Amino acid sequence: MSGTKANSASFVRDTMLSEQDPPITERGVVKWARENLFSGPLNTFLTIIGAVAIYIILKGLAPWLLHSVWNANSAAECREIIAAAYGEGAHGACWGVVRERWAQFLYGFYPSEHYWRVNLTFILLFVALAPILFANLPRKMLWFSVIYPAVALLLLWGGSVWVPVAALAGFALGWLAYRFALPVTGSLAATVAAVLVPIIWWLFFAGWFAGLAHGILPLGMEQVPSSKFGGFLLSLTIGVTGIAFSLPLGVVLALGRQSDMFLVKTLSVGFIEFIRGVPLITLLFTASLLLNYFLPPGTNFDIILRVIIMVTLFSAAYIAEVVRGGLAALPRGQYEAADALGLDYWKAQQLIIMPQALKISIPGIVSSFIGLFKDTTLVIFVGLLDPLKGITDAIRGSFEWKGIYWEPFLFPALIFFLICFGMSRYSMYLENKLKRDHR
Amino acid sequence: MIKQLFFGSLAATGMMAGFASAATLDDVKARGELNCGVTTGLVGFAAPDANGQWAGFDVDYCRALAAAVLGDGSKVKFVPTTGQTRFTALSSGEVDVLARNTTWTYSRDTDLKLTFVGVNYYDGQGFMVNKSLGVTSAKELDGATVCIQTGTTTELNLADFFKANNMTYKPVAIETNAEGEQQYGAGACDTYTTDASGLAATRASFADPENHIVLPEIISKEPLGPLVRHGDDQWADIARWTLNALIAAEEFGITSANADELAKGTDNPEINRILGTEGDLGAMVGLDAQWALRAIKNAGNYGEIFAANIGESTPIGLARGLNAQWTQGGLLYTPPFR
Amino acid sequence: MAIVADAPKAGFRLSMLIYDTRYRSLTIQVIVMILFMGGVAWLVDNAIQNLQTLGKDFNFGFLWNRAGYDINQRLVEYSNDSTHARALLIGLLNTLLVAFLGCVAATIIGVFAGVLRLSKNWLVGRIMTVYVEVVRNVPLLLWILLTYAALTEALPPLADFRGDNPTSTMVLNNSMAFTNQYTVMPEPLFSRSLGNIDIGIFLISVDLLAIIAVIVGSVLANRAIKAHATRVQEATGDRPVTWWKSLMVTTLPLLALLLALGFHLGYPELGRFNFSGGTEISNSLMALWLALAIYTGAYIAEIVRAGIMAISHGQSEAAFALGLRPGRTMNLVVLPQALRVIIPPLISQYLNLTKNSSLAIAVGYMDLRGTLGGITLNQTGRELECMMLLMLIYLAISLGISAIMNVYNNSVKLKER
Repeated sequence: MSGTKANSASFVRDTMLSEQDPPITERGVVKWARENLFSGPLNTFLTIIGAVAIYIILKGLAPWLLHSVWNANSAAECREIIAAAYGEGAHGACWGVVRERWAQFLYGFYPSEHYWRVNLTFILLFVALAPILFANLPRKMLWFSVIYPAVALLLLWGGSVWVPVAALAGFALGWLAYRFALPVTGSLAATVAAVLVPIIWWLFFAGWFAGLAHGILPLGMEQVPSSKFGGFLLSLTIGVTGIAFSLPLGVVLALGRQSDMFLVKTLSVGFIEFIRGVPLITLLFTASLLLNYFLPPGTNFDIILRVIIMVTLFSAAYIAEVVRGGLAALPRGQYEAADALGLDYWKAQQLIIMPQALKISIPGIVSSFIGLFKDTTLVIFVGLLDPLKGITDAIRGSFEWKGIYWEPFLFPALIFFLICFGMSRYSMYLENKLKRDHR
Repeated sequence: MIKQLFFGSLAATGMMAGFASAATLDDVKARGELNCGVTTGLVGFAAPDANGQWAGFDVDYCRALAAAVLGDGSKVKFVPTTGQTRFTALSSGEVDVLARNTTWTYSRDTDLKLTFVGVNYYDGQGFMVNKSLGVTSAKELDGATVCIQTGTTTELNLADFFKANNMTYKPVAIETNAEGEQQYGAGACDTYTTDASGLAATRASFADPENHIVLPEIISKEPLGPLVRHGDDQWADIARWTLNALIAAEEFGITSANADELAKGTDNPEINRILGTEGDLGAMVGLDAQWALRAIKNAGNYGEIFAANIGESTPIGLARGLNAQWTQGGLLYTPPFR
Repeated sequence: MAIVADAPKAGFRLSMLIYDTRYRSLTIQVIVMILFMGGVAWLVDNAIQNLQTLGKDFNFGFLWNRAGYDINQRLVEYSNDSTHARALLIGLLNTLLVAFLGCVAATIIGVFAGVLRLSKNWLVGRIMTVYVEVVRNVPLLLWILLTYAALTEALPPLADFRGDNPTSTMVLNNSMAFTNQYTVMPEPLFSRSLGNIDIGIFLISVDLLAIIAVIVGSVLANRAIKAHATRVQEATGDRPVTWWKSLMVTTLPLLALLLALGFHLGYPELGRFNFSGGTEISNSLMALWLALAIYTGAYIAEIVRAGIMAISHGQSEAAFALGLRPGRTMNLVVLPQALRVIIPPLISQYLNLTKNSSLAIAVGYMDLRGTLGGITLNQTGRELECMMLLMLIYLAISLGISAIMNVYNNSVKLKER
């Protein structure tokens, strides 16, 4: 009442009340909780259920996680340490297995003195991917992306420098053939030449050239056979190669499916539906059990290569469907406009249709890639040492780590999560960016 | 024109791929490496260690074979195979020899067109149970839940055994030995059945081995041995006699330590013949005279390999039992080197 | 028109095959045809040669030989004396069983998670986001292995049910038991059973047929009652009270039939090693089922969320403006529209789940791949035949599911005129 004046009636207030805090239920944590957690009977019920669920999970996991042991060299040692520190019968996580075997999870049985090669390949992968992923980088960097497969091949498997050079030379020759044939013979013959010249090169001259060049200038690295590949190295090799090759193949299949030509369309549909209709695991078994039946007698090539081929075909069929969705989503007018401009089929595809269709299908493509990467764990069933079960089984089979269960599964699971989550976030970033483009 | 080109390139592919030859020995020598099919990981028999080096009983056989053929026991590429892919890997030529705890059976030898070159481990299928069940004989297992690895002969033996004894059981199929141990350890099955050697190793790895017993019944014969493809008798001979040389070496007391010494010549003509100082046994299979010497020097004779990988001093701790020399009451009895 | 007719009629030249659009597609198709036929011929020729070299033949006679192995989880009669073809049938039924159960459970989980993720409740929304992101970004194989291990470790072993002071007891009046091998529950038995019909492949219980017939009949009758009530309502404006009629029609005939058949429950009893009597669900089936449902559920949750968010807010506001209660708004306005967005991707999730069920290999569940593509292949060594048959069957299942779901999709699709 300090603000009242003597000459006014005592019941008339002539000054403002000082500002007061809102009631406790309308501010801070309480308001937030009332609005977001307890806004009605149903919500209160859900909140309680959720809290109980979290409590149960934490109660089960917390002691196990809190009793973690890092410095142990065997499962028995882990048990001893936990028993000594937390009493008899206490359970605890034994991360010693990760500390001791992390390299196997990442590199498989790749020789440890050559780990730098794998690391370098992995770092270069990002350099090669950067210009594709982020549009604001200089376009010249794309050249590195083009030669990256050869670099990776050389770094991972080793051998003579000239083998990947000879392989790359095929592409260069094809391009040259196209360039020189175009003015002379017209586009169709030039295209045929651009396909045939490299094939002839690879079949007849590449081996000879590599041998000759290696004789003159023996450059190379120590060879690492693919039987040494395992863990995430194997997953990434299969995954990235599969992804890189399945995209163009998928686009071709999608175009084939949209084609007016009956036969081309039938074959594309048949292929896509067949691949999508069977589980990947049967295709992998086909790679390991049946492929030898269908190749000329005596042919034999690496199981990893066979698996990569199957995984590529598998993923291509899925990408074809995603791209088809993109093609279908394009307004009819775009096709008609391209026709009106007098562009031929390939020009129209290259300049008008594909850039838009691929843009629309990017989220779908990325999620196929995530699926493909996760599916690389299935190679354990054909005897390759994948990070999830192959390496884990090898570790659990050894005497030091017998009886350990959850830890060697959780470590690769965490890495898978980080990689796949990263990819899905990237896809969301792209989606947002492209949305702005359309506005 | 396009058609011609197409068939031309097809022919070229055929040529490129048509390098297969009938003689595995020539292939191996040209490659400079022996491809040996092993398990994806069974400690004691074949498993990669922390550095990715393969070690084990079957692995040492492969190394001995590589030493005999190529002169260097390290020139082996180990191809992990699952129970499912092993025979295909062999018949397709992906591996030259399969040393993967494979039971020698009639149909595998004949119908699957494979050649077993001998037996390197005589095993039999047994049962392990928890003592608290109070079971002392496999005949008391009527109605029990049995953990069993799929894709092996064990599930057929199991079916036959229970049928013959007019009993029923509940099979719990498991994929790998590690899963089997976990299931059995958690009490998800009353008994775990696999080869007795595997049971011993599993029991040894438990925290409380005294609470588990391996039942006395051995319900099947499991002669495990290396095998090769039908149709290359020379290669089969080399694989067979390398194994025989290792076994004979133990019988005649040739060890990795004294092999060089003995190779200078001894009074025993058979030792001389094995080690190449007398006769010309190597040439008969297309190898040089010292092939067996190299095979023995690699990891020692059969007894040394056994002791180092699965013998009583190792964690697996298997007794020789049936796998002792015939002179000591076992079944190892090589044909004479003559 | 006249101009075209006046154009010089050039004779057919070879170059027209390439440069004339009328013929070009023909040329390309012929080339593709030649390439394709050539490729197929090459593969078949290689296969024949390789089979010859290996001394194998190509026939499916092995399917009629004795299988010799046992299968734990089976829907129809099977023993180790049965043929490989019968083992194939068991595997096929097991695949279909887990796929069906998985689809149902995944849909329920997915719809709940999807709706809750949109809920205003902060905590629940976050939990569902974590669930969806964690589950989707880790390989399915891991979920299957972990679920299996969790069931094995968390549930009590059978030994705990034995003895004078068992540490675990059966639940629900001694009728159900969760063990780390299987879950056992009472089985329905009929003391005056009608017997079975042998349809050649397996026996069909007449009791079951009778029950299905009665249920279908009751549902149809119930519908008729409802339809009649609607007609009365439209004619008079008053809806007659039907709930007691519906209740009677749906329950009484079934109860009468069950009484007539002498229905009772067979309770499981603990024997020397295992429970006898009762129906068992093995943990491998349970683990596979749960893992598939949880994994696919996360995808379905996203589909449901996208479907609901695709319906513009104006739709529900319009419905409220018309005076519809929230429940009816959901049923009559939002869901029918959202379903149209949800169904096509849902179909492909069902297909994925069915194909993913082939990962049963990891927990030893005897599905199609485990019998035909696993033990049978192994014991007979017929890779070519087994794998081809396996792929064909999976293909048939996939195409079958697509066909059925497409029919359904067409029925809920927006009818454009």
